[in-house]
Amino acid sequence: MRGACSIISQVVTTDSTVGADAQQTAPDQVLRDALSIALATGLYAVSFGVLSVAAGFSVAQTCVMSVVTFTGASQFTFVSVIGAGGSPAAALAPALLLAARNTLYGISLKSVLTGSVARRALLAQGVIDETSAMAHAQPAPAAKRRAFDLTAVLLFVGWNLGTVAGALAGQGLGNPQDLGLDAMFPAVFLALLAPQLRNADSRRAALAGGLVALALVSFVPAGVPIIAAGVVAVPFLVTAHRRGRREADA
Amino acid sequence: MSWSPVIALCVGAYGLKALGLAVGGRLDPDVAERWHLEILVVPILAALIVVQSFSSGHRLVLDARAPALLVAAFLVWRRAPFVVVALAAAATAAGLRLLA
Repeated sequence: MRGACSIISQVVTTDSTVGADAQQTAPDQVLRDALSIALATGLYAVSFGVLSVAAGFSVAQTCVMSVVTFTGASQFTFVSVIGAGGSPAAALAPALLLAARNTLYGISLKSVLTGSVARRALLAQGVIDETSAMAHAQPAPAAKRRAFDLTAVLLFVGWNLGTVAGALAGQGLGNPQDLGLDAMFPAVFLALLAPQLRNADSRRAALAGGLVALALVSFVPAGVPIIAAGVVAVPFLVTAHRRGRREADA
Repeated sequence: MSWSPVIALCVGAYGLKALGLAVGGRLDPDVAERWHLEILVVPILAALIVVQSFSSGHRLVLDARAPALLVAAFLVWRRAPFVVVALAAAATAAGLRLLA
């Protein structure tokens, strides 16, 4: 509650003068959020470990996937298609289509993830939903970068510890669905999305993305609805761009 | 299980991440700023939420995940920490499935 009040008072007192720049989340709040996301992610990584071993992958293969792939939705899709008897090709296609959203995130984080080629090659591994959303929730470039780094490191640790635990425990934990672990994923994404809905452009983009995905999910291969939702953002980018120019001209 | 699909997934997933930074690196420095590229995150997250809450394979379904998402939405609105939101959603879905 206190958090809500302080955010509201920040917005109320600063909105008319400096706008978005003043809405920067306090640094320790970013750390707390990053820890919280890492903990939640670690828990659903346990369900990835369980599902992967149940699908026929070894513990080593499961762990390599989490370290090197490090993008949850693709990993879940990959092991669930294989677990259901699909061929590797049938599993790879939707997994990589889902991973393609990280390409879009990478483009959007261009000005945040600076440094030498080697450094950027390392940073690229951290470009996923949670890190991009945490970074973009911050207004200033330095704060974006700090939010990205903290979220990436903590989430990497949580994701991989959870994977190892799930892979080793295997079916001993029971069915991940009985524990409601599949409901955690959208819940975390909702918590990540909420702070981004500050202006009308974002709210319209969220609505459009959700509706496009809902409309397509029955008819197209897995992964396509997500990419289509990203494409939907283009008109909103143009609108935001034009509005920015008009305000600059005025 | 053979290693080759695992390696293909690893190479592909990392390659797609690196591609974004490589492409982004060639853009004019303030293009990202002017075009509000951060808005890209928004429809993608919304799509992931919808697909993972209301579909199973290619079927649209309403199951225990929908009330779990409502509980999550309420807690997000009350600005609860991420881990509380996630655990409450899991507990809601698990509880409903236990009752069913």
